[in-house]
Amino acid sequence: MPDYSWPPTEKRRVMGRRLSRIDGMVKATGRAKFGYDIKRPGLLHAAVLTSPYAAARITSIDTSAAEKTKGVAAVEIVSKPGTMVQWQGTEIVAVAAETLDIARDAVRKIKVEYEVLPHVVNEADLAKAGARAKPAAEQVAGDPDQAFKDADGTSEGFYGLPVITHCTTETHGQVIEWQGDKLEYWPSTQALSSVGPELAKMLGIPAANVHVMQDHMGVGYGSKFSCDRWGAFGARLSKASGGRAVKLFLDRAADQLMAGNRPSHFAQIRLGAKKDGTILVWQSRSWSTGGMTGGGMPPIPYVYTKIPNRRLNHTAVQVNAGGQRAWRAPNHPAASYLTNCAIDDLAAALKLDPLEVFKKNADYTAFPEVYRWQLDKAAEMIGWKKLWHPRGDSGKGAVKRGLGIGVGTWGGAGHASQCRAIIHPDGTAEVELASQDLGTGTRTVIAMVAAETLGLPVGAIRVKIGDTNYPPSGSSGGSTTVGGVSTSTRKATTDALAKLLEVVAPGLGAQPEELEAVGGVIRLKASPAKSIPWKAACKKLGVSPISAMGENNPKLAPKEGLNTGGVAGAQIADVSVDTETGVVRLNRLAVVQDCGLIINPKTAESQCYGAAHMSVCAALCEERIMDDITGRMLNPNMEFYKLAGMPDIGEIIVYLDIRPEHDKRGVIGLGEPPVVPGIGAIANAVTNAIGVRISVVPMTADKVLAALEGRKA
Amino acid sequence: MEAFAYAAPTTLPEALALLGNQWGEADVLAGGTDLLSLLKDYVHTPKRVVNIKGIKELGGIQAAAAGLRIGALVTLDELLASPEVAAYPCLVAAARGVASPQMRNMGTVGGDLCQRPRCWYFRAGYGILARDKDGRNLARDGDNRYHAIFGNQTACFVSASSLGPPLAALNATVKIASAKGPREVPVEKFFLTPENDRDRENALGPNEILTEILIPGGATRNATYEVRQRQSLDWPLATASVALTMKGTAVGSARVVLGHVAPIPWRAAAAEKALAGRGLTTANIEKAAQAAVEGATPLAHNGYKVQLARTAVKRALAEIARQKG
Repeated sequence: MPDYSWPPTEKRRVMGRRLSRIDGMVKATGRAKFGYDIKRPGLLHAAVLTSPYAAARITSIDTSAAEKTKGVAAVEIVSKPGTMVQWQGTEIVAVAAETLDIARDAVRKIKVEYEVLPHVVNEADLAKAGARAKPAAEQVAGDPDQAFKDADGTSEGFYGLPVITHCTTETHGQVIEWQGDKLEYWPSTQALSSVGPELAKMLGIPAANVHVMQDHMGVGYGSKFSCDRWGAFGARLSKASGGRAVKLFLDRAADQLMAGNRPSHFAQIRLGAKKDGTILVWQSRSWSTGGMTGGGMPPIPYVYTKIPNRRLNHTAVQVNAGGQRAWRAPNHPAASYLTNCAIDDLAAALKLDPLEVFKKNADYTAFPEVYRWQLDKAAEMIGWKKLWHPRGDSGKGAVKRGLGIGVGTWGGAGHASQCRAIIHPDGTAEVELASQDLGTGTRTVIAMVAAETLGLPVGAIRVKIGDTNYPPSGSSGGSTTVGGVSTSTRKATTDALAKLLEVVAPGLGAQPEELEAVGGVIRLKASPAKSIPWKAACKKLGVSPISAMGENNPKLAPKEGLNTGGVAGAQIADVSVDTETGVVRLNRLAVVQDCGLIINPKTAESQCYGAAHMSVCAALCEERIMDDITGRMLNPNMEFYKLAGMPDIGEIIVYLDIRPEHDKRGVIGLGEPPVVPGIGAIANAVTNAIGVRISVVPMTADKVLAALEGRKA
Repeated sequence: MEAFAYAAPTTLPEALALLGNQWGEADVLAGGTDLLSLLKDYVHTPKRVVNIKGIKELGGIQAAAAGLRIGALVTLDELLASPEVAAYPCLVAAARGVASPQMRNMGTVGGDLCQRPRCWYFRAGYGILARDKDGRNLARDGDNRYHAIFGNQTACFVSASSLGPPLAALNATVKIASAKGPREVPVEKFFLTPENDRDRENALGPNEILTEILIPGGATRNATYEVRQRQSLDWPLATASVALTMKGTAVGSARVVLGHVAPIPWRAAAAEKALAGRGLTTANIEKAAQAAVEGATPLAHNGYKVQLARTAVKRALAEIARQKG
């Protein structure tokens, strides 16, 4: 079997370099084409009528005025009369027209009558959930009652995170066009290889008849795995218009309402511990919602999973709001927040330094030594020894400063991926994968792996992704992409190179295995002066290109060792709280993350910056606000759905833990892990600063001032 | 948005002739930062849009003996670049609070004063008084975290204007043109609290155009302090604009105007009284700040804004105390 293993650190020539994205220039100059930019001859534009009610039964639909509108090409009823609407934003009718304005005007002419029904849209107060609350069976481990009796100290707290939405820069949607019995399909997707078969199934056509293309997409954060209902009715609108291409992208409000969200999590948590901080027992009563499906229990206690005595109760609450979807590290940021706040409160109750308590209990985690090392590293980066003070002991002045800790974990092993590598007689090297670049740098790391293997500069590699004519590659979820595509690319390019070496070996008077490709030449390992330039080597192929397939099979990957999963991370936040306005500012966030072998430190660090930014949003300003009276989302926009802007982020200090013991584990995905610990770290820092806990994020001015005054917000 | 006729007149009389006698017939377009969102959300569906940006006389900033004239079409960016305006720190701070270069480049002074409220019930189509079809006051009974804590008996929205409070503190006047001729209205009287859903939140009629702002002369020491959740573009939660005339180290007369806490820029008369004749000591500043929020009538979810308004007054006064007099 050929040797696919990664070159040792000192021999890497491309991997490990801080390269900018190879598609950075086309994106910065606007030449990159996203699904939203696709223009086809005769393109129609679609708009969707959605339900203004959170709960209702459709009694009648009259589309006649819309159909008669000049410029309307097709009208598709999505929810027929009799349908029970269960959230505001449910799609009722879609219209395709010559322009988007005509489509929108036509939508407004559609008459829908509803029988309006009672709704429940908020779940923060479990006592008000009534029959919408669905308790699960209690889970018990060890003997929690005895453990509380044995404990030297206990702490109890209430913590919560509201529903938040994905706010992808490019909204959900697609351009779709029938060509005979075949579909040309340009979605904005995280799952290029699987949305086609999914859509084919919904439409009842052969999967092979759907051709999916996507050069660039404006992020998904977990909300773009499906072709979605609008993929299907977009295709129907195209068919009804005689096969004309139809562009259907949700507007921002619809995207906020129906294209997914992160479920809420609330929990009352009680801990018992020895006076040295060793946790003995965990007890929690939690609830959550992800829409009409309710919400599952987060994985708590988080990271500290081996706490011996546990009692957990969870209640799923159904609310009349759009359904949940995976959101960057599903359930982990919430579980991390709940657990890290509870541990921080325990440390305060025991009058201990929380850094010591987090470290003391590290034996309850899967990576005790890694967590202890990372916590110390983050503490050193932030200046814990100098700046930490006991809770609330923040001195005089209106502005109080505090530090807080959060920890996280994630998997990140590579997904199934196939790559075809092609070496042409003119020296061109191509790699083809039906993968996608979510903006993370996937295209760039594929090029770097191919360049490393073939001994060529990155610019010499043609990366071809985003088309289902290439070999299938997994969807980008779970931080599995980089492990998958790097492995399949490494194997494909290694095998393609082996074929080339066989061709050129005789000319160099050597055996193929005595050769290596380095720095644009093929040479003898033993006497590097004996070499042939890459182009001259490829010329020997005559007119026939070489190609080879490489595959990452997740079942075999652990044995092969090119990629793996399982990481730890620790973050420490430094905040300032203006106690007269309640406004919290993040000063600094120290991010320490292990992540296996790093192909590109620059794009890896970018993942940490982006993730930290999202933590700041969730901790300080972001929430879905639902109106009890009307059942509507009050902020389905980017105005009152507040995301942190550049001046609000503070300084993010990233340390990637690439000590040799991590590097030798191979490639591990980094998309999700750094988004996990931040909210808890920021919340604990605020508590440290002002001496009281703001139970529910985001920690906005109203909640901070209420906590300071000791009243309920 | 619904289709509309578009006109781009180059003279004021032409523009006035293109407006309607009723609301809904025509809308005036200047920077468009508010109008476009009103059109796209179908909150406004005018039959005609009258672009006034081609009317030269509505631009420019001129200093005169009587004070300062600011044309309605002056952008926030031009306002910030003007050396004449630099003499009014309360105005500069308020304009700078619009924390987006795009908004400052496009948005005009006149547009800032005439922009419509951001109340989420109003923007969702429930009218300026935020009533549902059963007449229920959604803003009062619903989520009112960003709503008014003063003057909120009928309407609960807050005036969205950033420049209204400092201009009211400076005792400025707006000039309004109509076919009948021009009229002048003090900024303070320009903003109105609507009594019913047909009313607008300012003195402008459907056939009128705000043409300029006049700031009277006379030395004041002034400042604006703004509390925002985000440093990036965000609506203020509460602001205070203060303008003082000084007699030695003591305050002669004071004008204290709160922003984003009422349907209009809210004059805090009790704070003004508390300041008159007194020095800007820490204790006096605290007393004035406390007086500014007396009589507040917070709703279920916006009690925190009382504290924010108090802090804004305190910090605006503290800034004036730090200024060299």
